[in-house]
Amino acid sequence: MEQKENQGYTPADYSNGSKARWCPGCGDHAILNVLHKAMAELGIAPHDTVVISGIGCSSRLPYYMGTYGMHTIHGRAAAVATGVKTANPHLTVWQISGDGDGLAIGGNHFIHAIRRNVNINMLIFNNKIYGLTKGQYSPTSDRGFVSKSSPYGTVEDPFIPAELCFGARGNFFARSYDTALDTTRECMVAAARHQGAAVVEVLQNCVIFNNGIHSYITDKELRDDHTILLRHGEKMLFGKNKEKGLVQDGFGLKAVTIGQDGYTIDDVLVHDAHCPQNFLQQQLAMMDGHELPLALGVIRDCDAAVYDQEVQRQTDEISSAKNYGSLRSMILKTKETWTIK
Amino acid sequence: MLKETNTQTIDKVVIRFAGDSGDGMQLAGSLFSNISAEEGNEISTFPDYPAEIRAPQGSLSGVSGYQVSVGRGVYTPGDHADVLVAMNPAALKTNLKHLKRDGVIVCDVDSFTDSNLKKAEYATSDPLTELGIDESKVMLVPMTTLIKAALEGTGADQKTMMKSRNMLALGIVCWLFDRPVESVLRKLEAKFAKKPAVYEANARVIRAGWDYGHNTHSSLPVYRIETTEAQPGTYTDVTGNTATAWGLIMASEKSGRPLFLGSYPITPATDILHELAKRKDLGVKAIQMEDEIAGVCSAIGASYAGHLAVTSTSGPGLALKSEGIGLAVMAELPLVVIDVQRGGPSTGLPTKTEQTDLMQALYGRNGEAPLCVIAATSPADCFHTAFEAARIAMEHVTPVIMLSDAYIGNGSSAWRIPEENDYPEIHPHFLSPDRLAQGWKPYDRDPETMARYWAIPGTPGAMHRLGGLEKDFDTSVISTEGKNHARMIETRRAKIARIADDIPALEAQFDDGADTILVGWGGTYGHLMAAATELNAAGHKVAFAQFRYINPLPANAIELLSRFKRVIVAELNTGMFADYLQMHMPGKEILRINKIEGQPFQVSEIVEGVIKHMEEK
Repeated sequence: MEQKENQGYTPADYSNGSKARWCPGCGDHAILNVLHKAMAELGIAPHDTVVISGIGCSSRLPYYMGTYGMHTIHGRAAAVATGVKTANPHLTVWQISGDGDGLAIGGNHFIHAIRRNVNINMLIFNNKIYGLTKGQYSPTSDRGFVSKSSPYGTVEDPFIPAELCFGARGNFFARSYDTALDTTRECMVAAARHQGAAVVEVLQNCVIFNNGIHSYITDKELRDDHTILLRHGEKMLFGKNKEKGLVQDGFGLKAVTIGQDGYTIDDVLVHDAHCPQNFLQQQLAMMDGHELPLALGVIRDCDAAVYDQEVQRQTDEISSAKNYGSLRSMILKTKETWTIK
Repeated sequence: MLKETNTQTIDKVVIRFAGDSGDGMQLAGSLFSNISAEEGNEISTFPDYPAEIRAPQGSLSGVSGYQVSVGRGVYTPGDHADVLVAMNPAALKTNLKHLKRDGVIVCDVDSFTDSNLKKAEYATSDPLTELGIDESKVMLVPMTTLIKAALEGTGADQKTMMKSRNMLALGIVCWLFDRPVESVLRKLEAKFAKKPAVYEANARVIRAGWDYGHNTHSSLPVYRIETTEAQPGTYTDVTGNTATAWGLIMASEKSGRPLFLGSYPITPATDILHELAKRKDLGVKAIQMEDEIAGVCSAIGASYAGHLAVTSTSGPGLALKSEGIGLAVMAELPLVVIDVQRGGPSTGLPTKTEQTDLMQALYGRNGEAPLCVIAATSPADCFHTAFEAARIAMEHVTPVIMLSDAYIGNGSSAWRIPEENDYPEIHPHFLSPDRLAQGWKPYDRDPETMARYWAIPGTPGAMHRLGGLEKDFDTSVISTEGKNHARMIETRRAKIARIADDIPALEAQFDDGADTILVGWGGTYGHLMAAATELNAAGHKVAFAQFRYINPLPANAIELLSRFKRVIVAELNTGMFADYLQMHMPGKEILRINKIEGQPFQVSEIVEGVIKHMEEK
């Protein structure tokens, strides 16, 4: 669908002015502000924008928007968003879910919306905890995580949202964290411009129930060495002075320091978000910030047939080819009928 | 009856075609009912097929049946058949119970092979004696032999010959009931327009069947079936599920709202998805979602985006959709939910019929979540009821559950294709530019109907957020205030109650001095109407009323029923509608006739049940 961009909207045009009721210090405040900015940058009219959420802290977001929106039921945002977008592909549709809403109760809809490649922008606020129900472990909580519902630590492995996205044959995946405002905005804008299902994972800090869960990558002291911002066509460099890089090591990736162990800048990989084969992109997305830096930015961004556009195309083509004009005419032309006078 | 020799005139006849799933029984049956309809007969058909997709050929479990009733005063496919066409020993064995005591059997004697008898678990090589069948009532037709003779020299192979056995049977039935073979041939010619050789072979076989009846049994009677004066117009044969799909399309045409279906396959509702998926040729968007929940949720999304939004399912699917429907109640969006009821609970009897989802439709949601419930009364009525469901949903901005069932969903009847202006325009309750300019809020209401205004994304200035949280009556923002919640609950209840002002009054038939009224709802109409007709013809004064509108009830319903000494509710459950009426009529004892065997009523069961109640009180 052709999008009309840059019509001179400001971030305030996408807000309804009401005060967000998340806890003070919650990462959601920052994400909401960035979303308003991203929408202004895109310039798609507020009345052509629809924000659909499920249930959870993050899913309160539509109530702070100046666009169309719906706060639906737990886990079903992707299904409702699919309906909105398929009915009217002209609308720009955003889906807001947390890790519980999107990946636990809504996991089925999440993977199928991606598989179908519905042109919706799916924001997953990942704080690795259930906040609104006051602190139970989520499907992204690490093994051994202690919470109210896992007092002795969990005995299950988490989902990695990117892996689910790739597993569902996703064509767009980007990642940021709540306080990385520019990166989050860039990811959101790229997701909206991407035609098809676009997943943006935003690592978000729950200040009450899971404070600091992402600090091993987001702390000022740590972030340069534990994250890498990927940009299409650019070398994969990280570190305070971009002195480190990612190189291919057999079938995997390896972080090296340029100038050490014989590695030069020429050995460092160049990011290709548009490569249809997703093997390397998936490797990048799976880096967890421990041995290898956590990847931020647009990791994959590839074109593929878009569901809502295909439904529209098929409907238009078939209805104009048949040209029945009305139900009655269709019945008379295709069914066995008889007339009583 | 085969012993008589003259031509007899009869009101109606019931024929049951039974054979293997691959024997083409449905085609033979529907051709017969369609040519009968052209002659001016009323028709009613019902397929009875096994739950297994491909049971072994010739086995008892693989038999499928197709029952047709044609004639005058035809309200049902008939309790029992006058004629049973049995294509193999298994079909004969399993279907004998559906034949009237003096009914006639037409069967393929060539199929009585050792192998087929064994597959059908006969103990002897003489199936007729074993089943206790009077040979004088059986036409033992050597079908394969006759077909071989008819197709000699045409180069038809064995497979083609075997596949045309249904046409031979049809030829015999046409002879028996004085139907011109030419009418069938015209239909086949159209069907096989691109395969002239297939048409030619079928035509030869049908003629051979007719000639066989004429020559071999020329001493037997030929029946002339009475016709009725039908409303002039163009007709087609339609199943309830197809009629449901078409009624929704009509509502889309009359409202200007594009039609969206979000669905998931489930027996016996899937044909609605099939039909609407085909109707991309009329601009319909019908999408198969990943589950039942996604079906209803995608429809809610489409409704928010301004479409006539529908989800179709059966009982287990309705259970899964409950939370979504509750959201549509709270967000106050137009939504049509179609439940083609089947035997429950749980997976239950997937291919069989019941009326056991009534309470689920009325109350199966968390919280106080009233919505409109209506029920289709016949295959053809599914068209009208689906149209009504869509009209009420869009004009009153509410979810509507339409109850159908396996019996009317799969059964068919003749249906007059509506002319251009037969159906009224639908006026969706849109937000007007004037109202928007005056400072509209999303939960502002029409003071008469209490309906919210439907504002469509894409409209400048009408941006708004809906959701499942309670809203303030005045400001439309989230509210947890107790008094406001009570007020909103009362408002949503009143909105549904006021739909009573916008639906037709309940009408009673045979209401001429009767002190007893037979009451039904939904898909039992045909059987109850036939029973009421029979009762009155036999001198029992019994009025009859069938409910299509269940919540709200028609405004006059309780007053009308209260006039009768006895109110007898007949339904295919243990008394759900009777309980519901009892709640509205606490002072009156509601009498009941119930059946819950996965099968429709038999007319005789209702007649006997009513007489019994009348004798007791």
